[in-house]
Parts: sequence; structure tokens; C-alpha cells
Amino acid sequence: MIFTKLILVLLVLTNLKLLGSSRVGSSIRVVAAQGIALGLLPVLGHAHELSIRFGLLAAGTIAIKGIVFPWFLFRAVREAEVTREIEPYVGYVASLISGVAILAVSFWMCMRLPMPASLASSWLAPIAIFSIFAGLFLIISRKRALSQVLGFLVLENGVYTFGVGLAPQSSLLVEAGVLLDVFVAVFVMGITMFHINREFDHINTEQMSQLKD
Amino acid sequence: MIFALVLLPALAGLLAFALPKPALRRGVLIGTAIIHAALTAICWKFSPAPTLNEWLALDAAGLLFLSITSGLFLLASIYAAGYLSQEANRKFTDIEEGLLFDNAPEAVFIGCLLLFLSAMTLVTVSQHFGLLWVAIEGTTLASAPLIYFHRHHRSLEATWKYLLICSVGIALALLANFFLGVAAVNSSGENFPIVLPALLVHAHDLQTPWLKAACILFFVGYGTKMGLAPLHTWLPDAHSEAPSVISALLSGAVLNCAFLGLLRVQQIFVGAGMEQFTRDIWIALGVASLVISAIFIIGQTDYKRLLAYSSVENMGILALGIGLGAAGAFGALLHAINHSLVKAMLFLLAGNILARYQTKNISNVRGLLNATPVTGALWLAGFLAITGTPPFGPFLSKFTILKAALDLGHGYVVIATIFLATLGIIFVGMATAFLGMAQGEPEKVTIATNDSKWQIAPPLVLGAMVLWLGINVPEPLANLLKQIASTLGGAQ
Repeated sequence: MIFTKLILVLLVLTNLKLLGSSRVGSSIRVVAAQGIALGLLPVLGHAHELSIRFGLLAAGTIAIKGIVFPWFLFRAVREAEVTREIEPYVGYVASLISGVAILAVSFWMCMRLPMPASLASSWLAPIAIFSIFAGLFLIISRKRALSQVLGFLVLENGVYTFGVGLAPQSSLLVEAGVLLDVFVAVFVMGITMFHINREFDHINTEQMSQLKD
Repeated sequence: MIFALVLLPALAGLLAFALPKPALRRGVLIGTAIIHAALTAICWKFSPAPTLNEWLALDAAGLLFLSITSGLFLLASIYAAGYLSQEANRKFTDIEEGLLFDNAPEAVFIGCLLLFLSAMTLVTVSQHFGLLWVAIEGTTLASAPLIYFHRHHRSLEATWKYLLICSVGIALALLANFFLGVAAVNSSGENFPIVLPALLVHAHDLQTPWLKAACILFFVGYGTKMGLAPLHTWLPDAHSEAPSVISALLSGAVLNCAFLGLLRVQQIFVGAGMEQFTRDIWIALGVASLVISAIFIIGQTDYKRLLAYSSVENMGILALGIGLGAAGAFGALLHAINHSLVKAMLFLLAGNILARYQTKNISNVRGLLNATPVTGALWLAGFLAITGTPPFGPFLSKFTILKAALDLGHGYVVIATIFLATLGIIFVGMATAFLGMAQGEPEKVTIATNDSKWQIAPPLVLGAMVLWLGINVPEPLANLLKQIASTLGGAQ
């Protein structure tokens, strides 16, 4: 129980760090750390019923989110030779304040929903929802394609957190499928990013505004 | 059998990545499409046994959408094979800005196309909501490289928007799956897997607040993919920048897959006797889609974007139909078939026009009937069909939905009026564009060659099918539609 709470607190801190971070490299590292922490969540949270299933799932999550993604994204940064600055639409301090506000709203929202007994911790649902909103905020408030991919990962981590809390009900096949989809999604986004860089000489999405009515 | 349907295109797709010869790859594409269509046809006769703990099963709704997907894919693959042989190994000058670009490697195109078919098939046979989610996200990922076939910055922008918007939307649908997992308890309070038959058995024991929260997230997630306004923003860009054959598949097959995902949700709510909750959402999204598409169709200058907005409109009609109960659901399902056929036909024809006139601008295309009689005539027929003019199929399905609205009485007259008014506006908007393109004298710049057989045959077949559906809905199909509609409409 204490481990679960520890990881959840880590999740909140990493999200706030991301909202306030101005460096691409450290953002990628923070998202990687978040992925590893989430990978450990099912193992530590359900320690009394450890099985091969949880082991496999944890190993897969840590390998993909903690190792493959950061490697791939760092490669993207190197290839694109972008400056290391994040370039937000919304400033870092404003982002941080919004983050704290979102956190409060998430807790308030979850106090009003009937929580199922199977949830590992009463903090789990609000923090999962906080991650989802933080991810959405990162996607809309950052110019760079890379930051948007990171935002998507944070959002996905939030959804995953909620899923892990309910782990007994889902199944290995579906979880493996979800993991595979996220993996391919980031892979395809990464490739698209290479092309965006080649085509526009940078990975700002700001100039991608030709298609409209 | 079900495994064969899903795995065959997946394996063929992986094979296509590896095959060295273009002719061989195109052979694999068409061969797979033919076998897939044949297997689907067999499913009508002998319904395949459920496998994998009933996670994969082909029910009536699945069979309907599998047939649409498989049939469209067969025709599209024939068109694609011809298209690729024409586009192979050339540098292109961009028609709008005059810059040079090349195409994605053909192996990637065909490989992704086949993986795309596999993902769509998985959508139609999934009874487990988690698996359904995996499959729908799979269709997004397999089709993104297809949109970026022409390598220039506009298609890149469209691909990025498509990927990001749909992935975020679908991530919310994943959250909905978890919510559904929480809601899924039986009468003794134990959780069970979120498989459709089990959910229907225990429908009355489901936890209502979580079920409703799940429902809203499902509508946001799959509604984005289906292109319901105001979540449709990726749709016009992706449809206008993708190669026409891909636009045809996106509009005719993918939007339906997301629609099927939402129909599964609707089935649960009908089972639980809470369909009033979802009906209001369906109607609201339907009316929003109709109104917003009507606004953008008027004065549209790009004919592929025009067709894309028409897809938003038709998705709105489908949503409206489902919101109107069993009779409306029957019309909506019939309209799903009609729309798939007509829209695929129109996008393929748009590809022919684009190849000949080298412009997507409506006002630069003149004299289709003179320059290319068959394409021109089909283009006009397609216009009449999509706007719901008799004797084509969409007339019948739109009329069914309208009648369903009027039969419901008082409050629904307003909705019927909005429905008719937007259809009228869209008719005028599309008539201006289509008639202008068809009539007049073609300009000299058009390349004077006849359209080849592969450019004509697939749209011709689609057109004939729509006409046939307008005159006579075959008995087995009508029975199938009634069967599905009864699971969607609940008590009147």
C-alpha cells in the first residue's frame, strides 16, 4: 500500500516537473522515469498475488516506456538537431499553476464518484485523472511536435494508471494489445516527426496551419 | 474462420513489406482482397463459431460491417493496383504550389493497406471491448502512413493532425473501457470481463454512474474517429490530402468501424433499459454534424474537402437515425451501407478527375461530361445519390429516418425540420459544385486520354449497387438489418 502511494506521489511530482520544465532532454528523462514507476505499480501494488502475468506486464512496460521510448525520442532530438528549448504557448509558471489547479479539480471530482472497492488506493483515480488532464494540457500548450508526443505519453500513462488499479479485471491479451498500440503509435509519430523536421526544417507545429476552411 | 479473416490480411501485409517485385505485391493485394471477400460471403451462409472465450464472434452487426468493409476493400484494391502502376517511380510537381515531391515506397503503401484491412476486420469481430479498442486504434495507426503517401508538407500536416487527434480521442476511449470494467458487476457484486454477451446478460446490474461516465468518454473517443461534429476537425484535412483511394476507404470503411464501436455501447444501454440517456447524445451529435457540415459545404472550393464534409453530414444522419429508436436505427444502418457505397464511388471518381485536371479546385474543373463522359456521368449520378434523390438508395434510407422522426410525434418535429432544412441547404451547395464541374467546355490543358478500365470499373460497380439498393433491398439484408435494429432501438 505504501509503495502504491509512493509511486502515485511520484507521478504527481513528475507531471508538475514536466509542466514547469524548459528542457527537451530532461522532459524525455522525466517521462521515462514516470514509465518505469508505472511499470512497477502492478508489481508492488498487488504484491500479495504476484504472478507471471504481472511480471510480464511490468517487464514489457518498463522496457518500452523506460528504455525504448526515451532512446527513440533522444534519437529524434539528435537527428532533428533542434534547440533544447521547449517553446511553450503558455509560460512555465502559468503551466505550473494550472497544473496545481487541475490536481485540485481532479481530487474534487473523484470525491463525488462512488469508488469501487477493487481500486488499489483512494488516490489512484484522482491522480490518474490529473495525469490525463496534464497530458492534454501539454499537448495544447506546447509548440513542438516532440512535446506533443510527450504530452500524449503522459495522457496515456494516466489512463494506464487507472487501468492498473483495476488490474484483476482486465486480461493479459488486452493489456499486451494496448501496450503494442501505444508502442506503434509513438513509433509512427516519431517517424512523422522525422519527416516534419525534413519538410519544415524544424519540428514546430505552429506553421502547420495551411489546411483549414 | 474468424482467425483466418483477421490473420490472412495481416500476414499478407507483412509479406508485402518484404516482396521485391511491384507486380507481385499488387498480386498479393488483389489476391488477399478476393479471398477475404470470398470468406466474408461464406459467413453469410455458415455463421462461424465464436472463438477465444467468445471474445471473437461474428454477430449480425459485425457481419453487416464486415461485408461493407470487405466489399469496398476489394474494389478499392483493384483501383489501387491500377493507381500504383501509374504513380510508380515518378517525381511529381505539386499541383498547388509547384514544388517537387515523391511518393512513399509502394511496399509500405500495400503493406499498410493490408494491415489496415486486418485491423478493420478485427473491429467487426471483436466482442470484447478492450480488443475492440485495440483494433480501432490499430486502424488509425495503419492508415496514418497511407495518408502520407504523397510526401509533401500538406499531407504531412494532415497526417500529424489525424494521428494526434485520433490517438488522444482514442486514449479517452481506453479510459472508458476501464470505467466500463468498473461498472461491470453481476448481481452478487463480482466483476466480470467486459464481453458484450456477458454485459447484456447482467445489463440491469451494471453500476449506473460509471456506465454513464464510460458512455460519455466512448462518445468523445469513438466519436472523434467517426467524425461527428464538433470532433470532426481531422477529417476534412485527412480526406483531402490522402490519395483518393485511401479517402474512399477512410470514408466508407473506417468511419463505419468507429460507428460500430458506438453501436456496441448503444446495445449495452438498450439492454440496461437506459437508452433514453444515449438517444439524447446521438441526436445532439447528429444535429451538430448536420448543421456544421451544411455551413462548410456552402461555398466550399475544394471538391475533395466538399466530399469530406459530406461524410461528416452523413455520419450525422447515422447518429440521428440511431437516436430515433428502432425504426430510425433501421434507416441508419441502411444509410451506412448506402453512404459507404456512394462516398467510396465519389472519392474514386474524384481521383480520376484529379488525375486528369490536376487541380482540386472546383472552379477550375469544367466540362467533365465532354472531357470524360463515363466519369462525368457517374459523378452526376453520385451527386444525385448522395443528396438523396430517388431512385438511389440514400433516398430510401433518409426517408426512413425522416419518417421515424415524424412518427415519434411532437418534440421530434423540430428535429425533422432541422434534418430537412440542412439536407436542402446541402443539396443546393453540392448542386452548385457538381453541376458546374460537369457542364461547360473543358479547358485545353486537360490531358486527352481515356480513363482506363481500373479507373472506371470500381466506381461503376459501386454506382450500380446503390441504384439496386434504392430499387429493392434484398430480403436477407433487410432481415439482417431488422435483427440489428431491434438490438439498438429498444421498446418504442
